[in-house]
Amino acid sequence: MRRLCVGTATCGVAAGAGKVLEHLKTLQGEDGLDLEVTETGCIGLCFNEPLVEVREDGKRLLYGNVTPEFAERLARGDTDPEYLIRRDDEADRDGVLPRQHRIALRRCGNIDPGSLDDYRSTGGYEALEKVLTGMSPEEVIEVVSASGLRGRGGGGFPTGRKWGLAAASEADHKYVICNADEGDPGAFMDRSLLEGDPFSILEGMAICAYAIGADAGIIYCRAEYPKALVRLREAIVMAEEAGWVGDDLLGTDFSFHVKIKEGAGAFVCGEETALMASIEGKRGMPKFRPPYPAVKGLWGLPTNINNVETLANIPWIIKEGPEAFSSLGTEDSKGTKVFALAGRIQRGGLVEVPMGMTIGELVFDVGGGVPEGRTFKAVQMGGPSGGCIPASMADLPIDYKNISATGAIMGSGGIVVLDDTTCMVDMARYFLAFTQSESCGKCTFCRIGTKRMLEILERITAGQGEEEDIERLEKLAHQIQDSSLCGLGTTAPNPVLTTIRYFREEYEAHIRDKKCPAHSCSALVRFSIDADKCTGCGLCKKTCPVDAISGDRKEAHVIDEAVCIRCGKCVATCNFDAIIKD
Amino acid sequence: MSTAQANRFARSLWVTDGASGDLIPLLQSAQNSYGYVPEHAMEAIAGITGISVSEIYGVVTFYKQFRLTPRGRYIIKVCNGTACHVNGSSMLESTLEDVLGIRRGETDADQLFTLESVNCIGCCSLAPVVMINDETHGNLTPRKLTTLLKRMQREARTEAKEASDA
Repeated sequence: MRRLCVGTATCGVAAGAGKVLEHLKTLQGEDGLDLEVTETGCIGLCFNEPLVEVREDGKRLLYGNVTPEFAERLARGDTDPEYLIRRDDEADRDGVLPRQHRIALRRCGNIDPGSLDDYRSTGGYEALEKVLTGMSPEEVIEVVSASGLRGRGGGGFPTGRKWGLAAASEADHKYVICNADEGDPGAFMDRSLLEGDPFSILEGMAICAYAIGADAGIIYCRAEYPKALVRLREAIVMAEEAGWVGDDLLGTDFSFHVKIKEGAGAFVCGEETALMASIEGKRGMPKFRPPYPAVKGLWGLPTNINNVETLANIPWIIKEGPEAFSSLGTEDSKGTKVFALAGRIQRGGLVEVPMGMTIGELVFDVGGGVPEGRTFKAVQMGGPSGGCIPASMADLPIDYKNISATGAIMGSGGIVVLDDTTCMVDMARYFLAFTQSESCGKCTFCRIGTKRMLEILERITAGQGEEEDIERLEKLAHQIQDSSLCGLGTTAPNPVLTTIRYFREEYEAHIRDKKCPAHSCSALVRFSIDADKCTGCGLCKKTCPVDAISGDRKEAHVIDEAVCIRCGKCVATCNFDAIIKD
Repeated sequence: MSTAQANRFARSLWVTDGASGDLIPLLQSAQNSYGYVPEHAMEAIAGITGISVSEIYGVVTFYKQFRLTPRGRYIIKVCNGTACHVNGSSMLESTLEDVLGIRRGETDADQLFTLESVNCIGCCSLAPVVMINDETHGNLTPRKLTTLLKRMQREARTEAKEASDA
């Protein structure tokens, strides 16, 4: 029997895994071909997608950049060392996996997420079994506390303490909510976990429910993740049939039911109180705390909310013991953290490393650094609530305390790598445009202050900045931080403050010299063609939407600056690097 | 609007007990059935849940998912996540505007294409990304995207012609 596992998480499908799977399915059942085709989640090596693993006679060969034709050859027993990425559990070709310690992601890309058997055979539901048959709720909370696990959604609140608060509240019913409203642009670990290992989230929720005395769970998942929603629905049905969700689990008097609520697209609903308002069918606007959800949450009942990655760690911690987790990481931050590496990076993807790895190790050793010929400039951490950390701080070990000290935040672990083509003022403008449009409008400073800040940043990037603009931005930023109710408002100015702190000279270049050092702000860039490099192929001429480029075939072309709208499409089209930006 | 659409929406009204927590799922069902949330659907939901139409309108306009006007057959979402932004998503958006002749939030006259932007669809390592209906296209350049759009336009035109011939 030859088993071919196709990585069909959303990222794999976007790279063409759907066609590979479809083609392989047509081969199944062919005479003389003993073939089984299954799906699997994302192993995190997104830069090699689509990925196919061939399993035969106890051996495993992982191939990357697989086309349907190549997949057919693999199905027929062919091999090709050129596309071979990994053999069995050895190091992968690029050395991305050996640097990792995969706890939350332990099953992603290794099992069929649609198979409860696969989950069980890799130790699935053993933790819940252990909890229900031999541990008191207090003991469970003690283990989680001792592990040092902190909320992975961004807040970093100690998970054990959070559970303890909910457990201490007296009520007939309590809720466990899984926050799967992953909204930070640049973070996709929760999506990958839901698509690659949905049962572990259900198991984590059930353990939490037992510990705090809840009987109902709700998964609040964003509608932008259609595949994750399908996986979750399937998993709930299978777990119900097998008796892992429902009444009197394992013959005990513990009952646990789960429902899915689809988010409707509002970033602010990642905030606990807004999320609960949304489940209740209202506009997702944050409320003042206290009362905390642990005391008075969904429908007025005690509620515990954890994010996907936090819950994925729970079964492992219960099974392996708290010391196994707390022995990893730093004094301040225990265990491992999943990071989504994206942006201007060679080997983008999902990695899980012990806390305390430095930014430089993550970007260069794991991620392979920035594209060739470019210079590493900064990382953006924590999404719209985070900030930019400059390349000069590459030796900083990543943990909650260190990252907060830079003015950024750990957030959910999205790391967007920036190189010398990225303008830091534009970066600040981008994030502020995001928070401004996502502000729910409840607090005046968040609603209007972010708008005013955005206007200033738009002016600066358009070459109309004024000398006092930096001070105006700082003043507004502090007012917004002081006068907003929820995390969205209090952190919204972070991207602006950190870029001013570390890249002030870029702001000044825009304002005083009307120059964008990264040649990124279109209003401040001039395009011309390098006559020596231009081959006269005519591609740019064809692409130019305003016919600003002229020239005969095989002759160097020229750009008419008076007509040029500086859209930059010629740069993206030219195969010879002949377009100069200055 | 077809009977099939109305029936589909009506089914979701039958299975609810009108709890206020069902408001968003009901609106999602209306949007799935009609492609947007028509006024009569809001009225029907108000009748069942007891929530006033004005309050429902407040919820509809709060969340980005809901539309108040019909959309095209192909919903094109340009991802505007951080990774896509630093890899040139704004250029993809202007390419789409040029080729389709519509701007963000608009639908073309034939009700074929609707252009939208989305915060992040989590395919950051394939940036820049565009989602067309439920299919995600990664590592796009303005040229690749133009080729893709032209092909879709051709197919849609052939289909429309076949439909009118038949």
